[in-house]
Amino acid sequence: MINTKYFLKGFFCIKSADSPAIALFASFIAIGALFKTIGLNFQESIFSTFLTYALPGSLIMAESLIVGASLLNIFLAVWLVNARLYPMTVSLFPLLMHKSQPRLKYYLACHFIAVSAWLIMKQNYRSVERKYRLDYWIGVGAANLSVAMSATAFGFFIADYLNTDMMIGLAIVNPVYFTCVMVGAMKTIQMSLAVILGSIFGISFYFISPEWCILLGGFTAGTLAFFIGELNGT
Amino acid sequence: MALNILLAILVTSLATYISRFLGVITSKKIKETSKIFRWFNCLAYSTLSALLARIIIFPAGALADVDYLIRFIVVFICLIIFLISKKNFVYPTVLSFLLLTFFSSNF
Repeated sequence: MINTKYFLKGFFCIKSADSPAIALFASFIAIGALFKTIGLNFQESIFSTFLTYALPGSLIMAESLIVGASLLNIFLAVWLVNARLYPMTVSLFPLLMHKSQPRLKYYLACHFIAVSAWLIMKQNYRSVERKYRLDYWIGVGAANLSVAMSATAFGFFIADYLNTDMMIGLAIVNPVYFTCVMVGAMKTIQMSLAVILGSIFGISFYFISPEWCILLGGFTAGTLAFFIGELNGT
Repeated sequence: MALNILLAILVTSLATYISRFLGVITSKKIKETSKIFRWFNCLAYSTLSALLARIIIFPAGALADVDYLIRFIVVFICLIIFLISKKNFVYPTVLSFLLLTFFSSNF
């Protein structure tokens, strides 16, 4: 069962001033409009956002459908770009573990792992009693997923009224928001190096392998940042 | 639903869920005070940062239609606004949409 008080507390985090709601809404409007443009119907568009709930993966799926890529190609491309969710889960879920919570709940709750909800939880987990952190997390995740699904529906319906320039404008909102969040997170040597080196190595590895650049760049940068940070005592 | 679209959605969601699922399994064995937890924290931020850099410099989709210098200028201006507005997230987020829509339609 879910503790309603903590679920609602997590759910209404979406209203805070630094919430990702605007960025999330803008980017999923673009996804909804894109889905309509490539021929998905309304149910398929909503179903896709509900089941995937990860923007880069949805973009890859849409592009793959346009070029007629095989299911295996779609699987590998999406897995590679969304593999970042693995370290994100491992850097969050140990903070939510409590013996009173059933295992199945963790396997269902991990569906909400996405940058927006993850960042809210990383900022707020200390303010929630450990026993109820999972319920709080489910609230945060449900709110973010609701915004994403509403925006997909909205984008689908207004697709015909969005011109190319507006679609381009919507596409930059999410990266800008998260770049600001990353800069805001640079409070220790370790975090600052992880963010700065991550962007440098991410771009550098692109010239070696566009498919693997996020994973290889992130792994190299994160490992370097960790060791340098540990040597400096942070 | 068309079968190929339904299968593509299911394959995409499965490929995405695997990383989340494996993350939960790994999390059971990791203590939040351990060094490996701190390492994973660094990996999470650096991987996100790598993804953001890729989206801005080498984008897919609509963003690829606008010159990289324009994208870079918009991100740079928004970051400056973020820093001088005492880390307010709303101003740079809204401004980014307005600026890029303007630049895209005029240049």
